[in-house]
Amino acid sequence: MRTRLYPLEDLNDIPGTTVFTAKRSREAYHLHKFCMSLMDAANREAFKADERAYLARFRMSEEQNQAVLERDFNRLIDLGGNIYFLVKLSNTDGWSTQKAVSSMTGMTADEYAAMMRAGGRSPEGQRSKREGN
Amino acid sequence: MARITAGVATSHVPAIGAAFDQGRAGDDYWKPVFDGYEWVKQWEKQEKPDVVILCYNDHASAMMLDVVPTFALGMAEEFIPADEGWGQRPVPVVQGHIELASHLAEQLVIDEFDLTLMNNMDVDHGCTVPLSLMFGQVDEWPCRVIPLAVNVTQFPTPSGNRCWMLGEAIAHAVESFPEDLNVQIWGTGGMSHQLQGPRAGLINPEFDNAFLDGLIDDTDRLRAITRLEYLRESGSEGIELIMWLIMRAALGKDVEQLHRFYHVPASNTAVGHIVLRPRELVTA
Repeated sequence: MRTRLYPLEDLNDIPGTTVFTAKRSREAYHLHKFCMSLMDAANREAFKADERAYLARFRMSEEQNQAVLERDFNRLIDLGGNIYFLVKLSNTDGWSTQKAVSSMTGMTADEYAAMMRAGGRSPEGQRSKREGN
Repeated sequence: MARITAGVATSHVPAIGAAFDQGRAGDDYWKPVFDGYEWVKQWEKQEKPDVVILCYNDHASAMMLDVVPTFALGMAEEFIPADEGWGQRPVPVVQGHIELASHLAEQLVIDEFDLTLMNNMDVDHGCTVPLSLMFGQVDEWPCRVIPLAVNVTQFPTPSGNRCWMLGEAIAHAVESFPEDLNVQIWGTGGMSHQLQGPRAGLINPEFDNAFLDGLIDDTDRLRAITRLEYLRESGSEGIELIMWLIMRAALGKDVEQLHRFYHVPASNTAVGHIVLRPRELVTA
């Protein structure tokens, strides 16, 4: 075995954080293909006109379809998604990135914006599940 | 002979681009951010770089779906601003520099950096927001740009140390280019931020400021920061800071800081900005 600077499983030790890997990228391939399709104005219109019908063009899982319809970004990340793809969806909705990101925190968009104006979320207690620091 | 005369680093937050494009730069929220770039805008007018090698990451605009290159060098004559879901930014098309890009493509592969070469790609806010911050509102960008996209999203990303070594190789490659060119290298992205999950909104000013300090006189420490440490300390998107190490390494051993700025927040992100000159080029 080659030695590593740290055990790779430690990447799962960070609270509230999902590391985007090659495996996740593949699981979300069709979801991400949908997201990137929204970089075209005509596709955005087609999606807005009938979200379900538009999603049927892609080979996404039903869980992924449902999470898109519900704009459940935490769930989409559970299902392999990465935020840089997912903001194509929130941009299509006219949401700011801040609003999309705030929706994953359990805070309202206003509460989250206020936290950011006050200096953001402290890393204290947020570094390691194991160490609790 | 081409020369790297300065290094510039900045965050590349998309909301900064939106505020800039929509004329909100003077708003109470945004004014402190844009004020932090007034110095560099005046400085760039005097520096007049011929070419900028612009290290940035693509945000699922031209890459990341079908191909996930670790280091991708922009070889095209021009790069169109991408439509990221709300139309293209109303900014000039980015003009490439084929001769220097081809030279880099050759020299860096010979130096064992197995680059991906991009003959056709759009560039997103990662590339165009730094250009807006340095050059302001212009009809055309005042210099050529060679985009160098780094995978900082899909794990494993390159290590910070690997980025450092790439920066050193870029410096050698530029030095061996025969044409007399004033070249700058920019590192973009960062500083601390996290855009996903319940930990979103993380900001770590202590880590960020220590990173800014380290660019001047503690680069060995920065080279040793692991991917895990970036994630823990600077958030899942804070690892973009490895791109600043490409810039820093290309400037050689000793640098002078010409300007530095730090501000929280811009949208979800801590904004950092630094301008560095290789010490051997600093005139008293």
